Amino acid sequence: MTEPPFAEENLERREESHLDGNAAAGELRTLFAVDVTAADGQCAGCGRRAVLAEARLYTQAPGLVVRCAGCESVLLRVVTGSGRTWLDLRGLTYLQFATP
Amino acid sequence: MGIVSPGFSGRPRSSRPELPPGQYETRDFPVLSAGPTPRVRPEDWRFTITTETGERTAWDWSAFRALPTQRFTVDLHCVTRWSKFGTSWEGVSLDTLLDDVETAADFALADCYGGYTTNLPLEDLLDGKAWVAFRYDGEDLHPEHGGPARLLVPHLYLWKSAKWVRGITLSHDDQPGFWESVGYHNYGDPWREQRYWDD
Amino acid sequence: MRGRLAWRVATVTALREETATARTLVLKVPGWPGHDAGQHVDVRLTAPDGYTAVRSYSIASSGLAADAELIELTVDRVPDGEVSPYLTQIISVGDPLELRGPLGGWFVWRPTQQEPVQLVAGGSGLVPLMAMLRARADAGSQAPFRLLYSVRRPESILYAGEVDRLGDGNGLAVTYAFTRVAPPGSARPPGRLDAALVAESAWPVDTVPTCYVCGPTPFVEAAADLLIDAGHDPARIRTERFGPTGGTS
Repeated sequence: MTEPPFAEENLERREESHLDGNAAAGELRTLFAVDVTAADGQCAGCGRRAVLAEARLYTQAPGLVVRCAGCESVLLRVVTGSGRTWLDLRGLTYLQFATP
Repeated sequence: MGIVSPGFSGRPRSSRPELPPGQYETRDFPVLSAGPTPRVRPEDWRFTITTETGERTAWDWSAFRALPTQRFTVDLHCVTRWSKFGTSWEGVSLDTLLDDVETAADFALADCYGGYTTNLPLEDLLDGKAWVAFRYDGEDLHPEHGGPARLLVPHLYLWKSAKWVRGITLSHDDQPGFWESVGYHNYGDPWREQRYWDD
Repeated sequence: MRGRLAWRVATVTALREETATARTLVLKVPGWPGHDAGQHVDVRLTAPDGYTAVRSYSIASSGLAADAELIELTVDRVPDGEVSPYLTQIISVGDPLELRGPLGGWFVWRPTQQEPVQLVAGGSGLVPLMAMLRARADAGSQAPFRLLYSVRRPESILYAGEVDRLGDGNGLAVTYAFTRVAPPGSARPPGRLDAALVAESAWPVDTVPTCYVCGPTPFVEAAADLLIDAGHDPARIRTERFGPTGGTS
């Protein structure tokens, strides 16, 4: 019998261990004065527009990597160490914020 | 430093004299990845060395597995601070792969299935310092650890040991790879604790 | 909310065992700025040698309680986890806990929303949705809610009984999907969430609900696909993915 894809036993598979942009809120909030995860972004790779909260977040890495849920291109990267933080946004064509 | 959390010690770790500065020993083999795990079937696998003049030397899986291999045991040091001692591998030495490659280049850029890249001086791939490894701990290298084959350069931080490697490009220019372009040290010597730019 | 976010030191004021593996921590956070239902905090643990571990946990309390400096987190113990065993078994009343937040402006429900809401929870994914249900009750909201709660067995149900009490005649309908062991006499045998269950218990598409789906990553992807296949607008589906084992370990 094949296991249903999201039966709890299968959840140990590290291959599916991405989170989403929601979990990047803390790291990004140390850099931005507003919540970036609620912003819409356009992927510089495929042009897809989506809210950053729904992008794929990989945290099991030497830095934070957010990828497009459509094409997996890197949208943004954050590295922190030795008293500095590097932020690379080149994978986003733009970010659109609500600023009421 | 944050306030100490009473009773918290985290995963078991120790400090041994052979640890590079700032590292702790782990008995696990943590899986770190900046993206989805590539799934490459041996029949689709290729490894290509491209020189600074554009000349290519390539192996498919059977040609690669026909090359002489080495079994070796090395220590791994990850920039996220864990070190793992005495890991056993089997792989093809870069000395073997570069044997018939004519180059005057100084720099290498490894590229991988899934898009990861990492750069290092060509010299750091030579003289028994680097392998393309395809077996770990007596078994075929699992995809989550970089299988079918990964680069292994144990004298540098583990991010230089590129998983799912598919090629090396030799060049007169040093081109920063995936992590090197966003804060990680260009060279990455764990013994000099070269984690980030200007360390 | 403006300004950069700093780590604060909270104090554990009470602990409540929810299930055999899950526990609620009641925390006093001086100067807590308030939060919206659905938001989370990052928690940081520090060992004596300076080693740190940071994990995210959803806030379980509504944000509308009388004491504005009290928040609640519900943590499920992840096998072989590093932080959850500490929070569910070691930390004690009176101990400090560093946290930053509130975080996340996307996966939130505010009482000003009046449209129907569909909640879909996988295991400990119920936590932020519980904050929404509590906020709805505290605010006296009449917004109609439905909850689809996927859980392994009856003993795994979080907030025993509270969900049913919140639902009892109050415009909230709750459907359980037991995936391994169903209660005796259940009409539905154990099994994962599927299209049939969505069709019979979720809001019909023409009610145009806002959907919130939370749980382990594979659960969220499958559940969101089921909602989309049923005809719900992807733009009205908000998701929050926990780690592969249902927590960030």
